[in-house]
Amino acid sequence: MENAVIIKVEHVSMKFNLATEKFDSFKEYVIRSIKKQISYNEFWALKDVSFEVRKGDSLGLIGLNGSGKSTMLKTIAGVLKPTKGSVTVYGTVAPLIELGAGFDFDLTARENIYLNGAILGYTREMMQEHYEDIVDFSELREFMDVPVKNFSSGMVSRLAFAIATIGTPDILIVDEVLSVGDFRFQEKCHERIRRMMDQGTTILFVSHSIDQVKSICNKIVWLERGRMKRFGDAEPVCKEYSES
Amino acid sequence: MSVYIQNFMKFRPLLNELVSRDVKIKYRRSVLGVLWTLLNPLMMMIILSVVFSNLFKFDIENFPLYLLSGQIIFNFYNDATSNAMSAVIGNAALIKKVYVPKYLFVISRVFSSFINLLASFTALMLVMIATRAELHWTVLLSVIPLALLVALSLGIGLALAALTVKFRDIMHLYSVFVTALMYLTPVIYPMSILPGWLYKIVMLNPLTNILTMFRSVMFDNTVFGLGELGLAAIETVIFLAAGLYIFYKNQDEFILNI
Repeated sequence: MENAVIIKVEHVSMKFNLATEKFDSFKEYVIRSIKKQISYNEFWALKDVSFEVRKGDSLGLIGLNGSGKSTMLKTIAGVLKPTKGSVTVYGTVAPLIELGAGFDFDLTARENIYLNGAILGYTREMMQEHYEDIVDFSELREFMDVPVKNFSSGMVSRLAFAIATIGTPDILIVDEVLSVGDFRFQEKCHERIRRMMDQGTTILFVSHSIDQVKSICNKIVWLERGRMKRFGDAEPVCKEYSES
Repeated sequence: MSVYIQNFMKFRPLLNELVSRDVKIKYRRSVLGVLWTLLNPLMMMIILSVVFSNLFKFDIENFPLYLLSGQIIFNFYNDATSNAMSAVIGNAALIKKVYVPKYLFVISRVFSSFINLLASFTALMLVMIATRAELHWTVLLSVIPLALLVALSLGIGLALAALTVKFRDIMHLYSVFVTALMYLTPVIYPMSILPGWLYKIVMLNPLTNILTMFRSVMFDNTVFGLGELGLAAIETVIFLAAGLYIFYKNQDEFILNI
C-alpha cells in the first residue's frame, strides 16, 4: 500500500521577464510603452516539470547552478506562482528560511523566536510550548536577551534552524542551509531532520553536495536548465549524476 | 472566500507580532520607552498650543484645539499611508523566502500608526481637560470618523504599496502630494476663509469630511448629519475596494520586482 500523495507538481513552467533595460520610473515606462520599445527577454526557469511526492518520502533536488532548483522550491512553498501548470500541496509547509531572512535584527533573540514563529504560522502559545526546546537546541541560552544584530552568522543560523524545525510539519523545505554552522552542529541538524522523517515529515532538500543528498533522500529530481532530466529513486539517479 | 478567511486566521498572530515589533523598535533604548508614544504628541501639542494661541488668530473659538484635532487626523493619514507604501518593499527579504499573505504587512503598518493615533487622541483629551474645554458625551461618537479614517488610509495604503513595487517614483511623488494635500485639508485654517472655487476643491478631499465630523463631535457637541456620514462611508468603501483590487491584482508580481 503506497502512501498518499502530499505534493503534486503538474506541468509547471515558470517564466521570468528579464527586461533588457531596467526601468524603475513611471515616466520611462510610459514613454517606452507609447513607443512600443519595451522588450523583454523571456527566460524560462522551469519548463514543464511534473512529479509527485508521497507522504514520508524525502525528495532531493539536484542540478547545476541556475537549473531551477530554488525556483522549484519557491513554487512549492507558495512564494512564486507558476506561469503555467499547478502545484498542489496537501499539508503544512515549513520553509527553512535562508539565514535569518525572517529575523528583525534589532529585536532580541527571544522576541525573534515569537516573530519568526508567527511568520511560519504558529501562535504565541505554541511558541511558548516549544520555547525551551528552541533554546536548548540552539545552545544560545545566555544570549536570549541580546539583539540578534550582535550575533555571529553561525548563531543566527542555529537559531533559525531551531525555530523552523519545531513540531512536526508535514513538509520541511531545506535549501542549502546545512552548509553553515560547525561540524558538530551540522551533525545535530542532520539528526533532527532524520528524526522528523521518522515521524512522517516529508523533506524537500536542495544541495550541491551529492553525498548529503544521498544520505537523506530516497527520491531525486534532477533538473537541467529548467527541464526535468530524471526523476526516480536516489541510488541510480545519483550515480548517473556523478558520472555526468 | 472561506479560504481567505482561514488563511487570515492562521496568520493573525503574525499581525500582532508585526505591530508589537513596530512599537517596540521605535522606542527601544530610550529610558521612558513606550511612554513616549503619549509624551511625544503631548509635548508637540503643548508647543503648538502656545504658539498658535498667541500668533495666528482666526475667528475660531479655542483655536489650539481646532489645530490639534486637524493635526491628529492628518498626521495619522500621512503616517499610515507613507508607512504602508514601503511595507512590501521593506519586507522584500521575507516575501522572497516564505509564503506570507502580503497584505498583512500593509495592515500591520496601518495598525501601528493607529496605536500612535490613539496615543495622540489621549493627549488631545488631556489638553482639552487642561484648557478647561467642555467635554460632551458626543465625544464617544468620534469612534465613527476615526474608523472611517483608518479604513480609508488602509485602502490608499494598499494601492500605494502595490504600485510602489512597480514604480519607485511614487515614493518621492507621494511626499510632495501629501504636502499639497495638507493645504487642501482644513488643518490650520477654517473653511470660511476659502473662496468659492477653492472651497469646492477642499470639499472633494475625503479627509475634509472626516475631519469636520471629528471636530463636530469632539468640540461642538453636535452630531454629524446622515448626509455627511453617508458620503464619508461611500468614499471610504470606494477607496478600500479600489485598494484591495489593485493590491490583489498585482500581488503575484511583487516577487519579480522587489
